[in-house]
Amino acid sequence: MAKGRKMSNYIKLIALGLVTLFAMIGSNYARDLAYQVHAIIVMIVAGGLFLYTLRHTNEPKPAVVGLENEYFDSVVRAGTIATAFWGVVGFLAGTFIAFQLAFPALNFEWAQGFANFGRLRPLHTSAVIFAFGGNALIATSFYVVQRTSAARLWGGNLAWFVFWGYQLFIVLAATGYLFGSTQSKEYAEPEWHVDLWLTVVWVAYLAVFLGTVIKRKEPHIYVANWFYLAFIVTVAMLHLVNNMTIPVSIWGSKSVIVWPGVQDAMIQWWYGHNAVGFFLTAGFLGMMYYFIPKQAERPVFSYKLSIIHFWALIFLYIWAGPHHLHYTALPDWASTLGMVMSIILWMPSWGGMINGLMTLSGAWDKLRTDPVIRMMVISVGFYGMSTFEGPMMSIRAVNSLSHYTDWTIGHVHSGALGWNGMITFGALYYLVPVLWKRERLYSLSLVSWHFWLATIGIVLYAASMWVTGIMEGLMWREVDANGFLVNSFADTVAAKFPMYVVRGLGGVMFLAGALVMCYNLWMTVRKAPAKEASLTVPVPAE
Amino acid sequence: MSKKSQKFEGDPNTTGHEWDGIEEFDNPMPRWWLWTFYATIIWGVLYTIAYPAWPLINGATAGVLGWSTRADVAAEITAVEEANAPVNAKLEATELTAIAADPELNSYAVSAGSAVFKTWCAQCHGSGAAGAKGYPNLLDDDWLWGGSVEDIHATVAHGIRNEDSDDARYSEMPAFGRDELLEKEEISQVVNYVMSLSGEAQDASKVEAGSVVFADNCASCHAEDGTGDREQGAPNLADAIWLYGGDYATLSETVTNSRYGVMPAWNTRLTEAQIRAVSSYVHQLGGGE
Repeated sequence: MAKGRKMSNYIKLIALGLVTLFAMIGSNYARDLAYQVHAIIVMIVAGGLFLYTLRHTNEPKPAVVGLENEYFDSVVRAGTIATAFWGVVGFLAGTFIAFQLAFPALNFEWAQGFANFGRLRPLHTSAVIFAFGGNALIATSFYVVQRTSAARLWGGNLAWFVFWGYQLFIVLAATGYLFGSTQSKEYAEPEWHVDLWLTVVWVAYLAVFLGTVIKRKEPHIYVANWFYLAFIVTVAMLHLVNNMTIPVSIWGSKSVIVWPGVQDAMIQWWYGHNAVGFFLTAGFLGMMYYFIPKQAERPVFSYKLSIIHFWALIFLYIWAGPHHLHYTALPDWASTLGMVMSIILWMPSWGGMINGLMTLSGAWDKLRTDPVIRMMVISVGFYGMSTFEGPMMSIRAVNSLSHYTDWTIGHVHSGALGWNGMITFGALYYLVPVLWKRERLYSLSLVSWHFWLATIGIVLYAASMWVTGIMEGLMWREVDANGFLVNSFADTVAAKFPMYVVRGLGGVMFLAGALVMCYNLWMTVRKAPAKEASLTVPVPAE
Repeated sequence: MSKKSQKFEGDPNTTGHEWDGIEEFDNPMPRWWLWTFYATIIWGVLYTIAYPAWPLINGATAGVLGWSTRADVAAEITAVEEANAPVNAKLEATELTAIAADPELNSYAVSAGSAVFKTWCAQCHGSGAAGAKGYPNLLDDDWLWGGSVEDIHATVAHGIRNEDSDDARYSEMPAFGRDELLEKEEISQVVNYVMSLSGEAQDASKVEAGSVVFADNCASCHAEDGTGDREQGAPNLADAIWLYGGDYATLSETVTNSRYGVMPAWNTRLTEAQIRAVSSYVHQLGGGE
């Protein structure tokens, strides 16, 4: 046993040594700044791990008894911290770039080339979707799959590899944007070398999750796990197909996509829409299906509905991408199919909302007393609203007005802030007392504060973007009696200014709410009374 | 033990499964949900029959309505073009200088020209035509190449210092510093002299020497009194209106390295009627001669 561990340590040392050496060469021969920065980061990380492993190679490891009988919660604790941290970073970046749009002077002269809007925008989107949302999904999926399978995470420390590997991906992606490496594919900006690393991490994630489901002690797989698994598998497929690139040089970050022209655009939006469909919808529905019944302490409303809406959602979402390319070089038939599937998708999306809301029937009184459940309910409300708005905007006639306007930005944010943000906050409020073995949260009135700050922030954001979006859509298409354009593009930009300020203020409120949450969670860990008997041992339900 | 779901009198049956205390009711799917779902599916089938939708081996189904986005936009463009054809023909046939006298034609030309300007010209000259550094203000009466409607028309049609049109307006100021035609001190003197023309001299002691440098090197294009020459696009230096800036540093840069502003030839992209329209539009902005 000890010998086997020693052997595997040698293999680890050789691998880490090679990676460090390769990264050193890379940082020397790098053809661009972003690649050089990445090589240096990888060199430091791999070199540090090499030294750590070397120092521990001949040390006897204390025997661990009965670990298999305990839930693997330390990685979930790390995940909740990472979620809160990246959430604040992402919201801060978003609020700043919202003000950059309102006041272009905030694109400071000295910051050109790394902190202007163009560089910070992908930093914001990736920070909130992949860093905040991704960590929330990984952490909650690790928690939920253990509890609902009555089994410890499969693969031992592989879960830690997933966690730290994912953080490294985030740092590489973020530094890449700032130093100018991008594929220019929305939500898939990281270049080939970062994509390869994410692939490794994601395969490990799938192995940990699936391994745990397979060794479960429950006869059935709980619905939350269906959604998590659909999310992990589909994101893997989307990531691989949309990032089929050939690097220009192994020492540079630039690569060339293999898909030509409109096919590349179609694949990009097949990816882009399903990043919404599987990352931000299916994954977060998994979260919803565990935390709402737990917090409401009520059975899920309908098992039948969960089956039908799951399969319908999975089947239909994958077709909806072309509605991002109405009235472009994309052939009409593809655009029609994208629109039709998006509209048929309306009810399957709402199935999740019905199951979430109706689970509260018989427990509606809790809305008055429990601000955490209020947060979860409003998140499901925003989910229902955006999944109605989405199909509506996919209709070609509506899209001809809404496309390229701020309406789209408003739609995305009512989904992202309202649905993804609020359900994640709810899950964090549920998880932190459980994971740190506290009796309760530090302060429920601070949760209420967070709830109202975030809700009003979202309303300001979405409402201002509806106004500017529809206004600029109408201004763009306004023609005089002879058929000539009335407004120039700059006229529409000038007209949007007041609403841009309102949007920025909405962002400030949402960010303030998140900071209140961080304080509350911190104080819960520090000050809330400890809980005596907590459940960290897997026991299958009967 | 994990906390179990609470149950109340009158609750439906559960499926009998349980995970970490979570149970599931055996409720049927809400009927309104199911029927709306069916309705969208039926609508979807009908819609894909009506419109181009299903991919085949070569191409796709065309839809029984025979609709296409390209045909749609082509029809719309044709309709506008046909409606405007007579007035466009009249615009092309009328003397440039006579357009303003015909109120109906003039109003058409100005609104058409305004749309052309917002689409093609605003990027450099600003949506209000007030210009920017290096891009002339078109609202004032300070013209580089002339402000009559014919001059404007020629500038728009052929552009400035481009390689697309043989008739492009062309002139080139020497880079007096870079090509070592003038000493550093001489540049400083002439800049002070030029500034003095609009009463802004930085170092009055150099003005006199500067006037000599100016007479020897600059006056042939910018004229003895510095008021410029439209034949060569040489700016008027005495009116305190500056294309790149009238401060000492900017003028020194201009004299040292010269300037080479380029404007595209629009007759390769716009119709004659559009060029006439935008010329009329610019002409009536305030500075037209």
